Formats: sequence, structure tokens, C-alpha cells
Amino acid sequence: MTVDSLADTFKQNESALLEQWIEAQRKAGIRSDLIDDRTMVDNSRDLLKVFIKALSEGGKDVEHASWAPVKSLLERLSQAQSRQGFTPTETATFVFSLKQPLFTLLAQQPDQLLAASQLVDKLGLYGMERFVASREEVIREQQESMLELSTPVVQLWRGVLAVPLIGSLDSNRTQVVMEALLQKIVETESDIAIIDITGVPTVDTMVAQHLLKTITAAKLMGARCIISGIRPQIAATIVHLGVELGDVITKASLSDAFQLALKELNVRLVSPNAR
Amino acid sequence: MVDKIPILKMGRYLLLSIQVDMHDQLAMDLQEDLTEQIVRHSAKGVLIDISSLEIVDSFIGRMLSHIASVSRILDAKVIVVGMQPAVAITLVELGLELPGIATALNVEKGMLWLETHVNDDLVAEVESDEHRDTPAETGN
Repeated sequence: MTVDSLADTFKQNESALLEQWIEAQRKAGIRSDLIDDRTMVDNSRDLLKVFIKALSEGGKDVEHASWAPVKSLLERLSQAQSRQGFTPTETATFVFSLKQPLFTLLAQQPDQLLAASQLVDKLGLYGMERFVASREEVIREQQESMLELSTPVVQLWRGVLAVPLIGSLDSNRTQVVMEALLQKIVETESDIAIIDITGVPTVDTMVAQHLLKTITAAKLMGARCIISGIRPQIAATIVHLGVELGDVITKASLSDAFQLALKELNVRLVSPNAR
Repeated sequence: MVDKIPILKMGRYLLLSIQVDMHDQLAMDLQEDLTEQIVRHSAKGVLIDISSLEIVDSFIGRMLSHIASVSRILDAKVIVVGMQPAVAITLVELGLELPGIATALNVEKGMLWLETHVNDDLVAEVESDEHRDTPAETGN
């Protein structure tokens, strides 16, 4: 049985393997600012131990249940490294540098050498997969929190809401803005909502359509919408594209829109000194 | 189903609150009933409260449009009040923007809207001599 003998060979030379592996890692360069030498040695020892155990129990099939501890350990290490800011190369090197001592050990048995090399490849790839997955998760989390952060709905006056939109509008964001706005309209019983697009870099037909959707939804709930903060270039673009804004009220600045809103609510601001 | 949506008369207006799932027969009955009541009470406004409707489909949207058109022909203004945010989003996504139907946030605001808009029509009919100074009150 090649597998058993492979596992046996590893078991007999475990300490030598570990030593050479660590040596290889040191040679490849260790990010001493991110990980200390001792943690690296501990990680290597743990991984080698579960690796040999899995090999002797489950054979070379990494899908076998006995490989689960190896995978979970790799996953944990990859995740930690991805969060700490290791590069993909550094993470991959951790596993792939095991090859060098393996080659030295198995130099006399070429058939087993191939098997062992394939095993290390599979584990290395698995580690990379987890590394990337962890990265993607971080990106997703950040996207979500950006979405939440970038859509505040503020109350300017009793009955007047404002939504300062910053950044480009896509359908996902429109959905979030729409939900937040409508919810706030219900909460504050507002009659007028001002959508300020000063921070929206470009308005194309898609963005205009998203805006109109939001305005229509607000109208169905019984609130009127005013679009404010339209910059000269954007006004030109809207006309150039032939975007139909319908009967939506548009104002150049937020203050103009606010004035109109107060007028519609029959509110008049009077200075106490002016007589 | 023997359900019937009650239509309440309140002054010159009719009030109806949709609280159950609409189905074909119910909608047909409601339309018939409503037109009859508008004529009988010579109602000037119809307020439809849909605050308890959680789910809406194109059928209900079409029904509301239909009620609005029929009422307009009978000279009664229609206002839909209390639409839930989720319902508004659904209608917009379905492309049903309910053109020509007034909307308000709640019954209170809806009644206020009816008062102002229906009154406008009446002011023209009032004999002008007696009420010369009444427009001054609008400032409060």
C-alpha cells in the first residue's frame, strides 16, 4: 500500500520534515510585522500533525471525512491571514514550501513523490480558495455598510424630509433609498420630500428612471417630491438625453427647494427684529 | 364569499376601507355598490383607505383606476390614503403609477384634501354678496 507507506514515511520523519519546512518558510521570507516566528512554527506543527493523521486515516482523497480537520485548520489560517493583510503569494507560500522537504525526503521514490506533490497542491489551492472567499466576504460587508451609510433621510421641518444622495445611483441603491424614504414618510407623516442630487456625479437615463421610480412611489403614498441640486452640466445632460422628468418640480439648490416646501406648507419665516 | 366592503357616508363624502383580499366578485360588487351610492347621496368625494392592504397586485391597481374614472364621471373626487411603503414599491415596480388618482398619507390628510378641493368647487356656487370677506380666513 503506497498510501500507508507514504503516511509511515512522513510519520517517521515528522520532526525532520517540520524543521526543513520551517527553514524553507524562513528562506522564502516571513512577514515579521504581521506574524511572529513562534506562531508560524506552531501553525506549521499543527498543520503537519493533522496532515499526517488525515493521510494515514483517509488516504490521498482530500474529499474524505478524515481530511476535515486539515481543511478547517487551513481555512482558519487563510482567513486570519487575509484579514491581517497578507498577500496571496505569502499565504500560498505557507503550504507550497512544504514541497521542498517532501522532495528531499522522497527523492528515492518518484511514484510517491508525485502523489505527495499533488496532495500539497490540492491543499494549497484549498487554502487560496478560502483566502479569496474571506476577502470577498470583507468586500461584501464593506459594500453593505456603505449602502447603509450613504442613504440618510433627514427631517428639515415638520412635514419636510430631505434625502441628500451622494455617489452614483444603481438599482440596488435606489431600492434602499426608496425603502428608507417611504419608511420615514410614514414615521414623520411628511408631505414633502426633497431629493438632493448635488452629490450624484452623472445623471443618465437609468439614473433618471430610478429617481422617477422613487418619486412615483412617494407620490402613491401621498407625499410630493422636489428634486434639488441640479448642476448646470447635469441640466444640460438631462435635456440632451431627452430624459422626461414629467411634472416633477426641480430646483437648482436645496435652499430653493426648502423655501418652496415651506411655502406649500403655509409656513412663513419671520425675523423677530424685522419690523 | 359573502363578504361585502362597507361604504360609509360621511357628510358629502363616502368612505371605504379595504381590509380583505380583493377577488373578482368582491371588486365587481364594490364598483357597482359605490357608483350606486355616489348617485344616491350625490357624494362629492370618495376616500379609499388601503392602510391594511399588505399585498397588492395589478388587479387591485386596475380596480382603483377603474373606480377613479367612474367616480370622476359622476363628479366625485377620489383619494386613496394610507398606502404601505411595500405596496407603493410593488406598484411602481409593476409599472402601475395610478395616474389621475390623488393620494394622501392617512385618512386625516385625505379628508383635509377633500375639504379643500371639494370646497373650491362650492365657493363658485355660493351667492357672492354675503360671503365677501370669507376668503380672508384662509390665512390661518
